[in-house]
Amino acid sequence: MNEEYDVIVLGTGLTECILSGIMSVNGKKVLHMDRNCYYGGESASITPMEDLYKRFNIPGSPPESMGRGRDWNVDLVPKFLMANGQLVKMLLYTEVTRYLDFKVVEGSFVYKGGKIYKVPSTETEALASSLMGMFEKRRFKKFLNFVANFNENDPKTLEGVDPKKTTMLEVYKKFDLGQDVVDFTGHALALYRTDEYLQQPCLETVNRIKLYSESLARYGKSPYLYPLYGLGELPQGFARLSAIYGGTYMLNKQIEELVIENGKIVGVKSEGEIARCKQLICDPSYAPDSVTKVGQVIRVICILSHPIKNTNDANSCQIIIPQNQVNRKSDIYVCMISSAHNVAAQGKYIAIVSTTVETNDPEGEIRPALDLLEPIEQKFVSVCDMYAPSDLGTDSQIFISRTYDATTHFETTCNDIKDIYKRMTGSEFDFEEMKRKKEDIFGDNQ
Amino acid sequence: MALRELKVCLLGDTGVGKSSIVWRFVEDSFDPNINPTIGASFMTKTVQYQNELHKFLIWDTAGQERFRALAPMYYRGSAAAIIVYDITKEETFSTLKNWVKELRQHGPPNIVVAIAGNKCDLNDVREVLEKDAKDYADSINAVFVETSAKNAININELFLEISRRIPSSNASAATGKGFKLRRQSSEADHRCC
Repeated sequence: MNEEYDVIVLGTGLTECILSGIMSVNGKKVLHMDRNCYYGGESASITPMEDLYKRFNIPGSPPESMGRGRDWNVDLVPKFLMANGQLVKMLLYTEVTRYLDFKVVEGSFVYKGGKIYKVPSTETEALASSLMGMFEKRRFKKFLNFVANFNENDPKTLEGVDPKKTTMLEVYKKFDLGQDVVDFTGHALALYRTDEYLQQPCLETVNRIKLYSESLARYGKSPYLYPLYGLGELPQGFARLSAIYGGTYMLNKQIEELVIENGKIVGVKSEGEIARCKQLICDPSYAPDSVTKVGQVIRVICILSHPIKNTNDANSCQIIIPQNQVNRKSDIYVCMISSAHNVAAQGKYIAIVSTTVETNDPEGEIRPALDLLEPIEQKFVSVCDMYAPSDLGTDSQIFISRTYDATTHFETTCNDIKDIYKRMTGSEFDFEEMKRKKEDIFGDNQ
Repeated sequence: MALRELKVCLLGDTGVGKSSIVWRFVEDSFDPNINPTIGASFMTKTVQYQNELHKFLIWDTAGQERFRALAPMYYRGSAAAIIVYDITKEETFSTLKNWVKELRQHGPPNIVVAIAGNKCDLNDVREVLEKDAKDYADSINAVFVETSAKNAININELFLEISRRIPSSNASAATGKGFKLRRQSSEADHRCC
């Protein structure tokens, strides 16, 4: 390791592994290290179950009813992939998708008045849904049509709406949509966590609803995908890409010091040795002095022996509890997956509840979600600080990722990746840059 | 004829000839100056075995074995693992047991294990006795051959032996398999359970 690298990457979370892959594919000499003995950092899937008990300081070992410890791969951060979203695009461009198998999440649900309802997102579903009354359905259908045809460069499709001026609230008014419909449109289709978007120009919201519908159109059932064996497979796949293009990997490496000369990173000291570099990418835990706290997320991993009630026994689903429904500022999410995804022992379900913390009693805040899941066999509660870089790396050439937020998809993670890429290279991120630069499958019929 | 895709992962210390064995098998070539493994995502070769076609999808370590940083993903869904050591380097045989342990920990339960003692063309500088290796392989119920990627000795035999050990029915196929993402949306993709 006493060598000179273009880029050293610390931490093997998804953000770091994708950036590592992009850098290696583009000919940079990369050294990638992690203090843990497993891949994934904060976005790892923990296996076996025994390790999850240890991590959360739960006394004793998992009971017999948990089955084989090795059958579990429990995500620390609950998320799904939007079928037409940016992470899927990254997987396709890099061809990392070769290493992974996916399943479509079986359903998306929204909470209203203590009950859950399937999220209607197509005309047919909207017309069949019990969420809305008859007249409301017609108006919602018109709204969905408007969104589907919306093209910011074609005034004919805009029906008098100015994409950059008209607020979303005004658009809702234009279609005369009621509060409940507004709630699930903004939170279950556009996937906003708060209601701040209502006062913003409508373009972003319309595009988010389009992303939802286009994702849904790809596989039916729901707009979400999930990889077999857990989300921890994603960083591993991108790490493999980086390694194929020459990246050097070391796990279980304690990092003693970021070596800085004249305000610029020149290397990393680990186990007494210094590896030199021109640029550094790391997660917030490797540069605690250069990040600021931007909030907290609570996540509760719940192990169940039954599917969630009123989901048609779905083996996977998402439930969104819009903030209005429970007098909050931000939504509560539930992501559920099960043994069908090779992440749990036979017949077991993992439901992860998460939200942005708003009070001094975070566990109390998520009560309505836990009530939907009972009986819960085992809970693993974490309240994590979220960090963002205070140093953007212009002078130091240290590029720090953001902590994974409470959103249930990877769009914000991908935005962070694109932003770091731009700061590192000075040029706008382009998916084309991710394409493999040479043939790397050999043999017959490939 | 039924075509079965069989994932095979390679294990063993750096420099024992893992990639060379696969190059010989797949391309029937040998490069004495082959780079420490970089560049191959995987390599494929289809061979007929009885009334089936076995398409081997052979994953290379991409150098991640060098500092023991192979990811669990590497082992997932493997039908077989080939653990390679160098007959001229005793220490590569001693670490074989660690690789077996690693495989037991991360690999699928019914994986076929094959041990290849490579560089058997260098018999005069041999450090590992064939009998010792054979005894060890027998004790863990593994296939064993000594190979030379350089002189094309026992390479095809190694894979033939693996074919022989793979359970004949598709019993090993997991139920409710997932699907691969593809660029265009099409109904053909949609074969999830």
